[in-house]
Amino acid sequence: MKGEKAQKGTLKKVLRYIRPYWPLVAFSILLAAVTVAASLYIPILTGNAVDLILGPGQVDFAGIFKILLEICVIIAIAALAQWLMSLFNNRITYRVVRDIRNKAFDQLQKLPLKYLDGHPTGQIVSRVIADVDQFADGLLMGFTQLFTGVITILGTLGFMLTVSGTITAVVVVITPVSLLVAAFIAKRTYAMFRLQSQVRGEQTGFVEEMVGGQKVVQAFHHEAEAMERFDQLNEELRRCSLRAIFFSSITNPSTRFVNSLVYTGVGIVGALLVISGGLTVGQLSCFLTYANQYTKPFNEISGVITELQNALACAGRVFELIEAKPQTPDAPGAAVLAQPQGHVEIQDVFFSYRKDQRLIEDFTLDVRPGQRVALVGPTGCGKTTVINLLMRFYDVNSGSIQVEGTDVRQITRKSLRQNYGMVLQDTWLKKGTIRENIAYGKPDATLEEVIEAAKAAHAHSFIRRLPQGYDTVIGEDGGAISQGQKQLLCIARVMLCLPPMLILDEATSSIDTRTEVRIQKAFQRMMEGRTSFIVAHRLSTIQDADVILVMKDGHIIEQGDHQSLLAKGGFYAELYNSQFDHGGAEAN
Amino acid sequence: MKPLKKLLCYLTEYKKECVLGPLFKLLEASFELLVPLVMAAIIDVGIPHKDQGYVVRMCLVMVGLGIVGLVCSITAQYFAAKASVGFAAKLRRALFGHIQSLSYTELDTTGTATLITRMTSDINQVQNGMNLALRLLLRSPFVVFGAMVMAFTIDWKAALVFVVAIPLLAAVVFGVMLWTMPRYQQVQGKLDKVLSATRENLTGVRVVRAFGREEAETQRFQAENQSLTKLQIFVGRVSALMNPATYVLINLATAVLIWVGALQVDGGILTQGEVVALINYMSQILVELIKLANLILNITKALACADRVSGVLEVEPSLRAPLRGRPGADSGVRFENVGLTYAGAGDASLSGISFSAKPGQTVGVIGGTGSGKSSLVNLIPRFYDATQGVVEIGGVNVKDWPLDQLREAVGVVPQRAALFQGTIRENLQWGKPGASDKELWQALETAQAADFVREKPKGLDSPVEQGGRNFSGGQRQRLTIARALVRQPKILILDDSASALDFATDARLRAALQRMEGCPTVFIVSQRASSLRHADVIVVLDDGEAVGVGTHQELLRSCQVYQEIVGSQNTGKEATA
Repeated sequence: MKGEKAQKGTLKKVLRYIRPYWPLVAFSILLAAVTVAASLYIPILTGNAVDLILGPGQVDFAGIFKILLEICVIIAIAALAQWLMSLFNNRITYRVVRDIRNKAFDQLQKLPLKYLDGHPTGQIVSRVIADVDQFADGLLMGFTQLFTGVITILGTLGFMLTVSGTITAVVVVITPVSLLVAAFIAKRTYAMFRLQSQVRGEQTGFVEEMVGGQKVVQAFHHEAEAMERFDQLNEELRRCSLRAIFFSSITNPSTRFVNSLVYTGVGIVGALLVISGGLTVGQLSCFLTYANQYTKPFNEISGVITELQNALACAGRVFELIEAKPQTPDAPGAAVLAQPQGHVEIQDVFFSYRKDQRLIEDFTLDVRPGQRVALVGPTGCGKTTVINLLMRFYDVNSGSIQVEGTDVRQITRKSLRQNYGMVLQDTWLKKGTIRENIAYGKPDATLEEVIEAAKAAHAHSFIRRLPQGYDTVIGEDGGAISQGQKQLLCIARVMLCLPPMLILDEATSSIDTRTEVRIQKAFQRMMEGRTSFIVAHRLSTIQDADVILVMKDGHIIEQGDHQSLLAKGGFYAELYNSQFDHGGAEAN
Repeated sequence: MKPLKKLLCYLTEYKKECVLGPLFKLLEASFELLVPLVMAAIIDVGIPHKDQGYVVRMCLVMVGLGIVGLVCSITAQYFAAKASVGFAAKLRRALFGHIQSLSYTELDTTGTATLITRMTSDINQVQNGMNLALRLLLRSPFVVFGAMVMAFTIDWKAALVFVVAIPLLAAVVFGVMLWTMPRYQQVQGKLDKVLSATRENLTGVRVVRAFGREEAETQRFQAENQSLTKLQIFVGRVSALMNPATYVLINLATAVLIWVGALQVDGGILTQGEVVALINYMSQILVELIKLANLILNITKALACADRVSGVLEVEPSLRAPLRGRPGADSGVRFENVGLTYAGAGDASLSGISFSAKPGQTVGVIGGTGSGKSSLVNLIPRFYDATQGVVEIGGVNVKDWPLDQLREAVGVVPQRAALFQGTIRENLQWGKPGASDKELWQALETAQAADFVREKPKGLDSPVEQGGRNFSGGQRQRLTIARALVRQPKILILDDSASALDFATDARLRAALQRMEGCPTVFIVSQRASSLRHADVIVVLDDGEAVGVGTHQELLRSCQVYQEIVGSQNTGKEATA
């Protein structure tokens, strides 16, 4: 019941997307009616013609010729209507699908990172692509077959009634039996299909793990064990697939058997009526054709309905995404942050990703313009979280973060973020040329500016050596260049914009130490006079920061500059010594 | 059709089903073809003679034909299902086995993501296609031709209409199919683009937002999406021609049939009932053609998938195990003028590498990003084959070792710590099936992992989730190290495996490795000079070349690259150490 309600809701939403195309839909229905009427009228004409062919010497050629001409005209009309209908249906379906996809993508730009971080990328992509695609198939099939199917059934009934009520009654009584049979089988096979998809899921999981980790499988010579387990799952899948597929495939022969019963029923009642003079042979012939035409949509509709249910389920998943709560929009009258000095104030901030897990508590920090703040601490201590809050990827639970004295929630997101230059550990590049990637934040930059930025990031020399230089196309997520080179491009990307505030989150983690030394120099220049936040694993890179915050479990446990922290002999000193005093560690 | 041929060998076990399935389907179709004849008899015999008994008897015959048809068709469905499901199972097994036989080179070029979709969804499509083909592919042409033959038995002149109409219909169906098939592949290609735009946006969401580029991204997506929509509508426009065109042909043929029929009846050659039967045959053809069109669409899809599956099966594993190999005597390792050029890459990743290590020694490999460190150690267990020079273990070229013994002798801890779903015990036993608890704990102890495993309530039986995501990066790394140690390898390779460990744990780990039983030869790949300074031999790589081989002290004196690396990592007091 609940599922039905949800389906109805989804259907309503689908209709909302179809609404802009209602003239096309109206035309499509009209054309469907024309098609059906024409194709139903032809058997009548054929029947009439047959009635003019009684026997040797009893053929009315003139009459037949006239009927045949009429048939030709109607064929032309029907074919044209059918073609146009398909065109309209195509157009409606693919445009609706396009609109839904655009809407979904637009929504992706507005969803809070909380949602995107909490849902696997593959799952979201599959909603935008696979689910929408499946929905398109279902919708198209629905349009073409459901419309014509229903109209055919109604039309055939009407036509049959005009010819003979008795035979119509026979058809009407027997045909629904096929629906009952189909429903009966579907109910029985449902459990088998569920089992099949469960086993299939299990196998897919196994395959994913083994193929994904194939290198390890081979390194440990684990192939035989993997094969053994695979064979077990494969055999299990084979058995339940066979059951599910076989039993469900009984539906079609059974409904066709019911159809042949309808056909026979029409034959017997019709023939008897002809004998008693209530029907002509031509009318009988026309009825036989109708019997076939009337039962066919019933078979199709049961198929279409499963398809439509599936399509609605897919649409439901897409709408779930589209209707997920977007991030709170910029406050009305939010300020545009222009040319800030870089004064950042964090006051009594509490934040956690999940209610049951405390993370950042009572965090207060005053960063004066041009200061360098370094965040250090073990994995999971909340360093990256602080950056998420600064960039307003997440909103604080309580407390406030202020830039130039204005709460970040009162600043437009766009202007806030554009004033930060960010280099992350995760080296994301988009598909395109190197030049486009460096100019990502400033698409109208000249080539000179791009080269300048690349030089500053020590990327120019390797780019120059690439076959197409700055026009080299790099694939999704970097493609042909190494991880370290990607990171250099990410740095060049920020070098080009040079906003007043900087965030470097493990920005040199993939770069070897020799190159790092050079980049550090570039960073030093870049940070000159800019407020910067630096997250680093290698403590060597942050020694000259103005403030070093040592974090552990979401708390700042130590704070100060390098020398004072070392002198203090606390957590930082321990961390620092473990990185540099290995001679001592080894002696242990 | 070529891909299908290659896959058909997996069907041999189901030869019987493949013959019986379509055969029963044809039987059913034959009975169906008899129905119009019976109806003609009713019209020509029963009605003129007003013989009600005859009409009822003939109708019972029709019901009988229906029942026989039902039995035949269910039998056919059974054989088709058995053959197609069995075929898919064999194909999946073959593909899985084949993937396991591929070497790293092929895995790199193909990519695991696509291998997984081919193993799962593509094979499912092939199975569906096979099932449909077995049931219907023969049936529809059979009904079409059967209808024509039946028409001939009634009257050859009228049947000529069929002879003209059927090739025309075939031309339309196949013409549309031939035109649309490559276009459908284009549509698939465009869909892939929309997919990658979405994926790219999601993976880079932080950067997109940091640079405030949401609108530009949306515009680009809409452009891709629009181009997909346009192509879909364009292809749809042509494939929409199929139904109206066949419809026109069939009905024109019917009209001609009536005219010819009328002439023949007038000449006393045909009866009225026979004309009705001829018209019925024509409408049977129409129904079959519509089915065939849908069927062909599905089979086209299945063929495309079959193509992708057989594409994987056609990939030849480049690694050949020697027929009669012999293992080396000890665990000494020697590289002589070794070079490696990856398949498809232009430049060599390694060239002219020579060094040797005695059994039990520790070899350090150091160098910048992309300098070829991992490539070098991957040559030892033959994950890749050297394209130049010789790699020897115990005095025997690794290419002459029996592959299973070679892999058993070498314990590898890969850069990316991959664990598998199961328990800690199951994961560790990958190293040595049936290893005792004592052995496992010993390995954990050496790998500095014993402490956190002991703290788990279930100890060795604690569950490991897929990819080991319920452990931290450092814990995962230590578990993978333990896994390699369980097998007590002759040669142990740590490929930057301690990167997620803090410096103190890293140091303890190295100390423990030194004390290990059996004294394996250890290769440590690292970016940290400190991790390697006590190694017996250090190989310094720069751009795929060994620019220095020697001990820490030697290299400090002679190798400029090494000096720079150490210098870049030495700050403060270390420089004076």
